Amino acid sequence: MRDRLRTWLGAHPDFEQEARRRAKKALIFGGVAFVILAITGAASFALIWLTAVALALYVPPWGLLRYGRWVVVLGVLALAALYPFYQANLFEIPIFGGFPSVDTGVTMLIFIMMALGLNIVVGYAGLLDLGYVAFYAMGAYTAAWFASQHFSGKNLHLGAVGINPDSPGIHISIWIVLFIAAIFTAMVGVIIGFPTLRLRGDYLAIVTLGFGEIMPQIARNGDHLFGHNLTNGPQGINPIDPPGFGSGLHNAVGLPNDYLTFNARFLGTTISNVQLFFWTALVLVLFTVFCSVRLRDSRLGRAWIAIREDETAAAAMGVPLMRTKTWAYAAGAFFGGIAGAYYASFKSGTFPDDFFFNISIFILCMVILGGMGNIWGVILGGGFLAYLNQEGLGNIGGWLNSHFSGQSESPDKWFTIWHADIDVPLYQYGIFGVILVLVMLFKPEGLIPSSRRKAEFREGVSDEPLYDVQQ
Amino acid sequence: MSTDQARIRSIPAFRVSPLTALGMFFVALVLLWLGVNFVKQPSEFYGLFLIGLTNGAVYGLVALGYSLVYGILELINFAHGDVFMLGGMLVATMTTAWLATASGLGLWVGIFGMLVITMAFCATINTTIELVAYRRLRNAPRLAPLITAIGMSFILQNIGLVWKGARPTSVPDILPTGDVFTVGGVSYTWNKLIVLLFTIPVLLLLIWLVQQTKQGKAMRATAQDREAAAMMGINVNRTISFTFLIAGSLAGAAGLLYALYFTNVRYDEGFRVGLIAFTAAVLGGIGNLPGAVLGALLIAMIESFNNGLSWSTPGSDWSTTIIFSILILILVFRPEGLLGERTPEGA
Repeated sequence: MRDRLRTWLGAHPDFEQEARRRAKKALIFGGVAFVILAITGAASFALIWLTAVALALYVPPWGLLRYGRWVVVLGVLALAALYPFYQANLFEIPIFGGFPSVDTGVTMLIFIMMALGLNIVVGYAGLLDLGYVAFYAMGAYTAAWFASQHFSGKNLHLGAVGINPDSPGIHISIWIVLFIAAIFTAMVGVIIGFPTLRLRGDYLAIVTLGFGEIMPQIARNGDHLFGHNLTNGPQGINPIDPPGFGSGLHNAVGLPNDYLTFNARFLGTTISNVQLFFWTALVLVLFTVFCSVRLRDSRLGRAWIAIREDETAAAAMGVPLMRTKTWAYAAGAFFGGIAGAYYASFKSGTFPDDFFFNISIFILCMVILGGMGNIWGVILGGGFLAYLNQEGLGNIGGWLNSHFSGQSESPDKWFTIWHADIDVPLYQYGIFGVILVLVMLFKPEGLIPSSRRKAEFREGVSDEPLYDVQQ
Repeated sequence: MSTDQARIRSIPAFRVSPLTALGMFFVALVLLWLGVNFVKQPSEFYGLFLIGLTNGAVYGLVALGYSLVYGILELINFAHGDVFMLGGMLVATMTTAWLATASGLGLWVGIFGMLVITMAFCATINTTIELVAYRRLRNAPRLAPLITAIGMSFILQNIGLVWKGARPTSVPDILPTGDVFTVGGVSYTWNKLIVLLFTIPVLLLLIWLVQQTKQGKAMRATAQDREAAAMMGINVNRTISFTFLIAGSLAGAAGLLYALYFTNVRYDEGFRVGLIAFTAAVLGGIGNLPGAVLGALLIAMIESFNNGLSWSTPGSDWSTTIIFSILILILVFRPEGLLGERTPEGA
């Protein structure tokens, strides 16, 4: 009976042994976490539910079953997709406070997408890009040009919804704009990459940094560029059209007509624009993950990894260096462009001050913390850091101040360490700096490394040629 | 056969590749722009030249730090600009506390004292960073120390932000601002001269140190080949620490001059000046010390002319773009810099 079940499931011989090992591990770590959460006042049905789901996903080694790896993927996906429904019922984590709101969730997903794009450049191809914000800016401004009233002299309407047909400017449906932005940004990536990619490592990093600094300056001064108002200067361009599917699809399939005016109730939760933005972002992230996985396993992806591990050897094996690197740049820029355009539509505006060098490093930090080259690590790192940036640091600061500040009047104050309240978000970039340094010093392969990257960092690769190659 | 020989003979002895020609074209454009401006407004041109000279001295001190460290470790020490910024902040604090109303001999003794303290302060920070962060990563893949340096830069910047806040900190104006001389309506003020008077001895001292002393010889040997230097009995770790110490104290001197000359400091100033100085080091040929100073002077001149001239000049709104365009153009056209040597890696 048992054997027949095993054959039917297509289980690996080690399945049961591995399940027992994981169960022990889960019992120890999960038990400790559960007890801590329970005694700090998080005890609730939600905690039990969440623990049960986490155990169901972790303890059976799904990867050892036939089709089993889809269980984890679909499970995580379902958890993410249903997040707006159960978010309000979740418990509070000590120190971190509540779970992120759906609004923060959208930002997290967008940053995850950018981190995945940067991961192609840094993680797969091993080219350090310190100016990724340039692609983000490019995407955002493309959305602003093609879906707002900015070019009020021209009138072009193409599938945009929720816009008065008489309103001036170019209004193209956001779905088309996302595609335009992606292609456009990828082209910018190729243009940036072409003159610079023949440089090695750190020089390339500096040049990309240079482009990352030039881009916001063009955005800031672009309101008088040879007599044209291209970017509307420091005021930025807003409003940018929201996404939507139009009344035709709305009546036929029930897709939302226009995100901003949509309103419905479903499973006890009001579905409005934030939830719609969340699910759309989730679909975009899925698309990015799919492309990342397929690219990594493709001929091109293997060429990227070969270049990362040893450029000279890769060239000797017939990998065309320039073309392969340029493709890495274009692919990374492609997703940065989509994310930038979508973020601009979500925030309904784009401003030059959004595109500082700090953002490039912020995204780089996500990739490095999670583990360069590993998609799941990058998703986790991106989600966590974006959450810290949006809500987490503020919550932690509130908790620290209410427990340790001299000004605190809160009943759960413990003792005074500092007299005036400290402003924790002020330290955010210092914290990112500390993360970069600590990860590089102690775990350079990141928290969830790909085994291949780990080997490279631990054993070293022949980054330097054995003999000086004379050109 | 004969046609082949004819073809070989027909190759000219001196050929200009399209890339070089394009580079020459850019240089010619810049020279043309300078020339027209000079003819149109000679007095402003002189004034901006003097400003550029002064800024160039400050940038040069920072650029030397980049060049020294790059020369020995092949590491772009991103945190260098922020060490410079912290030095400036220390000077702001000390000047406000002690020297705001000083004059005469007391003022000069005070400035010298601050110079020594700031140099020691910045040297300590720089060596500590090397000890804590870079030393462990000496044999890691090349990107690891670079990323660590960026992290260090963020940490130092945050320290500056918490120390002095997000607004610019003003430094009391203690340098004399009278005229040294006035020629044709252009006056050369004392504070500009003082910057030069401080910079030149520091540069001479550095050249003497690197070229003439035993420690300098060890530095040059370590830069050439770390393993061979170690085999010759050079204490490589100590030599690298010493290099960071020198680079840090140069950043400290630059921080003092910057704070006293521009009379304000901001937490992100280090990043801006650091990138300018790095561009200068690359322009001159990174790892090459006279090149760093030459590059700094050129960059400062271009920045100053761009900010001040009027005939078809982009203006100060575009100075970052121009400086980075120079960086990119240099790396594309002449990655070894003006005075550098061509290396097998192309950069």
